[in-house]
Amino acid sequence: MKNKLTSAFVFTGCVLSTSLYAGMEDDPVITKVMIDQFETRVTDGDDPLVLEGQAWIGKDLNKFVIKADAEQVNGSTEELELQALYSRAIAPFWDFQVGVRQDQKPKPGRNWLAIGFQGLAPYWFEIDTALFIGESDQIGLRFTAEYEWMLTQRWVLSPDIEFNIYSKNDQATGTGSGLSDTQLGLRLRYEIKREFAPYIGVNWNKKYGNTATFAKNEGEKVDDTQFVAGIRVWF
Amino acid sequence: MSKIILPGMEPESLSRRRFVTGVAAGTALMGLGFSVNAKPTSEAMRKILAGPAILRGSKFDLTYSPTKVNLTGKDRIATAINGSVPAPVLRWKEGDTVILNVTNNMAEDTSIHWHGIILPPDQDGVPGISFAGIKPGETFQYSFPVNQSGTYWYHSHSGFQEQTGAYGAIVIDPKEPPPYRYDRDYVVLLSDWSDEDPTDIYHKLKKLSDYYNFRERTISDVTKEVSEDGWKKFWQKRSMWNKMRMSDRDISDVTGYTYTFLTNGHAPADGWTGLFNKGEKVLLRFINAAAMTFFDVRIPGLKMTVVAADGQYVQPVSVDEFRIGVAETYDVIVEPSAERAYTIFSQAIDRTGYARGTLTPHPEMTAEVPEMDAGPLLTHGDMGMDMSAMNHAGHDMGGMANSKNKTMNPSMDSSMDHSKMGHDMAGMSKMDHSKMKDMNKPEIGSGMAGYGSSRDVVHVDTEYGPHVDMRSEAPQYRLDDPGVGLRNNGRKVLTYADLRNFNKTPDPREPGREIDLHLTGNMSRYMWSINGIKYADAEPIQLKYGERLRINLINDTMMNHPMHLHGMWSDLETGDADYIPRKHTAIVPPGAKISYLVTADAKGSWAYHCHLIYHMLGMFRKVVVS
Repeated sequence: MKNKLTSAFVFTGCVLSTSLYAGMEDDPVITKVMIDQFETRVTDGDDPLVLEGQAWIGKDLNKFVIKADAEQVNGSTEELELQALYSRAIAPFWDFQVGVRQDQKPKPGRNWLAIGFQGLAPYWFEIDTALFIGESDQIGLRFTAEYEWMLTQRWVLSPDIEFNIYSKNDQATGTGSGLSDTQLGLRLRYEIKREFAPYIGVNWNKKYGNTATFAKNEGEKVDDTQFVAGIRVWF
Repeated sequence: MSKIILPGMEPESLSRRRFVTGVAAGTALMGLGFSVNAKPTSEAMRKILAGPAILRGSKFDLTYSPTKVNLTGKDRIATAINGSVPAPVLRWKEGDTVILNVTNNMAEDTSIHWHGIILPPDQDGVPGISFAGIKPGETFQYSFPVNQSGTYWYHSHSGFQEQTGAYGAIVIDPKEPPPYRYDRDYVVLLSDWSDEDPTDIYHKLKKLSDYYNFRERTISDVTKEVSEDGWKKFWQKRSMWNKMRMSDRDISDVTGYTYTFLTNGHAPADGWTGLFNKGEKVLLRFINAAAMTFFDVRIPGLKMTVVAADGQYVQPVSVDEFRIGVAETYDVIVEPSAERAYTIFSQAIDRTGYARGTLTPHPEMTAEVPEMDAGPLLTHGDMGMDMSAMNHAGHDMGGMANSKNKTMNPSMDSSMDHSKMGHDMAGMSKMDHSKMKDMNKPEIGSGMAGYGSSRDVVHVDTEYGPHVDMRSEAPQYRLDDPGVGLRNNGRKVLTYADLRNFNKTPDPREPGREIDLHLTGNMSRYMWSINGIKYADAEPIQLKYGERLRINLINDTMMNHPMHLHGMWSDLETGDADYIPRKHTAIVPPGAKISYLVTADAKGSWAYHCHLIYHMLGMFRKVVVS
């Protein structure tokens, strides 16, 4: 999958840059890597290292986007979810995104078709929401929202919420039907530069329904509050 | 001191900047014609000498080369002309034919555009429209007759070279003496310098459009407003901005966070210095050569009499302050009567920095630098909202159009040709005579030449889509509005309503047709366009040779856009048919509209664009006159 992703990335880059010429261009091919969260979470056991971010290459209205969500404990990757999406601007503040999602870890892996919207809602809520169509008619829905509250020009308090809903049980991956899990976060960052901000915060995860049951059976927590510390970085 | 010719004693005696390590030193000094023994002996003298060289005559050799400069404490490579930033002042004479050999000693293509000069289309210096550009190692010879006088400027029209120093002043001495007297004159060229690569700036804006804005609303603003207004009113006031996802503090895309603002190439720490003798009339030739920055200029302690705009004589207006948009020029006369120094204080429009100059009778004498004004906030009116629908207290209504004809020069009223007026007005079916406050004058927006369009503003289909984030609901002529940050500041601020041509309107014809151009964009995606169509996708604007037409510029964004039409004058409709001022660059304020008349008297292809360097790539049109 990694190779596939890389080649898709390179291919898209080539297609997009065919119109590139020397000198001035109003709409150059640009890349942006945005690591929203790169943090360690304080738990009872070994503290996981979490990475959440996305990267894009493209022009004003059309982009190729990769989204990544990974968790590492003691150097071994426990969770890894990747999305590769074509993103097209459909409204001044909204992009429509379509592509694939692959859950590589934990095993067994799962493949999904992803269709979603990302953008800025009125009142400045950053929204990223998608419908995932998986194997064996499994359908998932994810919604994330984030708000940035400027305490000063450099201190930013940022609450965020995420929830996942699934149509069916998938016991192998510990996924239950209905509302599966929610995540609430609150992070306080200091922007040393726009591109670089260390932060501290708190993260609250809760699992519901069958997902909670599956987790209990595995001896996992269903309700966990963690202190976090990390950096937010983009370039 | 007595041994040398005091540089300030001659109007044009300026030398190259001290930090520039160029090759032009010898020629520059020789061009000045002052004694080689006249070496600066003190820090103060050095300050006064500092400034671009002045080259005069009709034949010029200008050479582009990458040149080391240090404006912030860090060495950077500038795009210098003859080793100098700003480039040398070119002093021409009206009636001459000038020959300019421009050599490119850089690794990339370059060009020079003679901003505001009426010349043949192949001499205009816009790569891709006027000519192919100047390749590395090549010399291009420009040659054209000079049929105008006044203060203009020149700059590269290639890439982002203008941001990195490729700009200089042009002063054209008139054949006939000017309609005002002065004892000396100085070029005061304002610009913005960044140590960052301009391509990086552009890409940063595309990735995070408010990257450079460090004046955003914070929790302390919220608590202050809530305690003053209560939650309900606070929520109502904020709702438009929150729904539009726009910031009332979004004044400049690129700010003092990265910019150092320069006067004649000098950072504000020392500034540029010009000398005067008490009681003299000093003509200051202001040029805004910045890439992105509007300046609000004042000289505390001195009234300024504006005598020319964009090189063209205007009827004198006495002001305390004026806003100069990117690429505009204003000539002002000051008469310092005291034996004291004065600060030429040029605040950036967003108040994130200032450029500084000093007028002084003695090199050692400096003046206090005033505090900058508070950072401005955009109002609903600046967003093109219908002001009549607004009833919020505290809204800045100062300077809505139609509120006054009192700025009209009374002496002109008496010189009005009433019989002609009556005739023209009879032909105006749309005129609502009951609305007229002054029967001598039609209203702004009456449709008559000199008074702007009477047409309704209609947004076209191409203005809708992901590339356009707002459309002004009720854009108005706000000619007498000093603009955001200058309203009700207790000072007399120049507005476009004050501008009257010194001479009679050269082409008094009524416009044969009108073209509406909406200035559009998506701030957060950092895309800019006209009528929602960017330059790369646009058809040229076709003008018929000889026609007189009206161009209506409607600003559907929250930024000021300085629109520059090449090759032909923009006769700005400020409310007097007989004395329509001519400009080459006109500011379209946010949420407002302006109109000007154009005589299509120059066959060929011309550029027409917003002069903000990071807007112009998209907010650009080719104009073809045939």
